[in-house]
Amino acid sequence: MSAPPASRPVAPVTAPGAAPPAPAPGARRGARRRRRPSAAYLLLVPATLPVAVGLGYPLARQLVISFQEYGLAQQFGRPAEWVGLDNYTALLSDPYVWTVIARSVAFCVVNAALTMALGGALALLLARVRRGPRVALQVSLLLAWGTPVLASMTAWQWLFDSQYGVVNWLLAEGLGLDSMRYHSWLVEPLSFYAVATVIVVWMSVPFVAFTVYAGLLQVPQETREAAQLDGASAWQRLRLVTVPMIRPVLYVVLLLQVIWDLRVFTQIYVLQRAGAPTRETHLLGTYIYSLAKDFSTAGAMATIMLVLTLVLTAAYVRRMLREEDA
Amino acid sequence: MSTLLRVRRRAAAPALDLVAVLAALAWLFPVYWMVNSALLPTNRLQTPTPTFLPVDGTLANVRRVLADPSFYAAFRVSLLVTGLTLLAAVLFALLAALALSRFRFGGRKGFVVAVLVVQMIPAEALFISQYQVLDGWGLVNRVAGLVLVYVAAILPFTVWLLRGFVAGVPVELEEAAMVDGLSRTGAFFRVTFPLLAPGLVAAGVYGFLQAWNEYTLALVVMTDPGRATLPLWLQGLVESNRATDWGLVMAGSTLIAVPVIAFFLLVQHRMTAGLVSGAVKG
Repeated sequence: MSAPPASRPVAPVTAPGAAPPAPAPGARRGARRRRRPSAAYLLLVPATLPVAVGLGYPLARQLVISFQEYGLAQQFGRPAEWVGLDNYTALLSDPYVWTVIARSVAFCVVNAALTMALGGALALLLARVRRGPRVALQVSLLLAWGTPVLASMTAWQWLFDSQYGVVNWLLAEGLGLDSMRYHSWLVEPLSFYAVATVIVVWMSVPFVAFTVYAGLLQVPQETREAAQLDGASAWQRLRLVTVPMIRPVLYVVLLLQVIWDLRVFTQIYVLQRAGAPTRETHLLGTYIYSLAKDFSTAGAMATIMLVLTLVLTAAYVRRMLREEDA
Repeated sequence: MSTLLRVRRRAAAPALDLVAVLAALAWLFPVYWMVNSALLPTNRLQTPTPTFLPVDGTLANVRRVLADPSFYAAFRVSLLVTGLTLLAAVLFALLAALALSRFRFGGRKGFVVAVLVVQMIPAEALFISQYQVLDGWGLVNRVAGLVLVYVAAILPFTVWLLRGFVAGVPVELEEAAMVDGLSRTGAFFRVTFPLLAPGLVAAGVYGFLQAWNEYTLALVVMTDPGRATLPLWLQGLVESNRATDWGLVMAGSTLIAVPVIAFFLLVQHRMTAGLVSGAVKG
C-alpha cells in the first residue's frame, strides 16, 4: 500500500508539465485531426449539465438575490426589490461579521499550518522508519481517514465528554489536573476551537501525509546521496533538495487545506449542537447557515465568503493555470 | 518506476520507529475508542475509570441499532443516493475526460480552467440557494434532488482525476488496434478501457466516500427525518441519547464506518496514486 500501482506510472515530480514523454507534436495533431470535434462537445454534455444546474444556476441566482431585498413576502410571490449593494454594506458595516471573518481566517491558517506540518512530518517519518512501524502508521492513518466524518465526530464528542470522557480522565488522573475532572470543553470559545482544531487536524493529516509520502517516493535517492557527499546536513538536504522536488505536491495539498479549512462546517456545527454558545463560536459556514431564513443577507454573506476564498487562493490558482499553459 | 524500486532505506534510528508507533497510536485511538465503547454496556461506560479493553464485551448495543427501523430507512436512502451518485459521476466524468484528452476543440482550454475553478467554490457558500432551487422544483426531501447536488459537487474532481488517467493511456495503442481491424469504439473498449480501470476505481471510491459521508448538503436537502441519510440519522441518534446512552451512539457510529473503512482499505492506494498524478501532471 506504500507504492503507487505499477500499472499507472506517476510522472516524476521533478519536471511538471514536461514530464510525459510526448510524441512529436505533428504526429499527435495528425492523430487527432481525424476525430470530429462535434463528438467532443457531445461527450461534455452529461458532465456539464448537472454542474450547470446544481452549481452554476444556484450560484448565479444567489448572486442576483444578494442585490435584492428577498424576504418572506418574496417567498410568497411578491417580486423582489432591487437594493444594490445594501445587503453588502449592511454586512460589512457590522463589526460582528468582521469578527466571524477574522475568526474563520485565523482558524483556517492555524489548522492548515498544523495539518501541513504534522502531515509533512508523518510523511517523512513514513519514508524513514522500518517496515513494521511504517505499516502500523499507515493503517492508523487510513482508519482515521476512512471513518465517516459524522462517525468520528461522535467518537470525539464522547472522548471530550465532560463526565465520562477519556480526555478529562487522563488529565485528572494521569496528569493530576484535578480541575479538569468535569471540565466542559465546548462552553468557552477558546477551548471550543481547541477541540475543533484537534478534530479537524486529526481528520485532515492522513490525506496530507499520504500525498506527500507518495511525492517523497518520487525523489531519487541518488540526488540526496549526492548532496550528502557534497557535505549537506540532513536539514539542508530536506530544505534544498527534497522540498523543492516535491514542491508541486506541497502546493496542491496546501491549496486544498486552505479551501477546506476555510469552509469547515460539519465539525463546528456538530460541536455547536453539542451545547456550545453559537454566536461566540460561529465561523463563516455556520454563520451563513444561521442566516438561512434571510435569503438576501445569506446570499451576500456567501458571496463575501466566495470572494474571500478566491482572494486567499488566487496566487495558487494563477500558478496552477500557468502550469496548464505549459 | 525505477526510482521507486531503487529507494533504499537507511537503517533508521530506533527513536524514529518509536515516534512512528506513538503517532500510529494517537491516530488510531479515537477509532479504537469508538469500537471499544460500542462493545461495552452503558453501565460499564459511565464509570469513574474508563474500561480500556472490551474483554467481556457485548453485542447488545449493535443489536439495538440493528433492531431500529429508522436505521434501515436511513441505510436505504444512503445506499440509493450513493449508488446513483457514483454511477452518474463516474460515467459522466469518463465521457468528459475522453473529450478533454482525446480531442482538440475550440474552448477546450476554457473548459479545463472551468473545471479547476469550479472546485474553488465552497459548498458551504451555496447551500441556501441550492435549497431554494431544489425547493422550487419540488426536489427537497427527494433522492433525486440530493443526487443532483452531489453529482454537481463531485464531478469537477472526478473529471480532473480521470483526465490524468486517460492522458496516461497512449492514443497510439488504440490506433494500433484499429490498424489491426477494430473499429474506433471497439478499440476503445478492448484496449483503452481496461487500462483505465484503476482510474475508474479511484473515481468510484472518491464518489462513494463523498456521497456516503456527506453531511452538510444532506442536512439542507433532506429536512424530513423519514428521508434522512445515515449521517443525519446518526446525528439524530446522538442528540436524543447524548449523556445517557453512549454505547448505542458508538455502535451506530461503528456500523456506519465499517463498510466505508473496509472499502477504503481495499482500494485507497489507487486513490493516493491518482491524487499525486493529478497533482503533478495537472
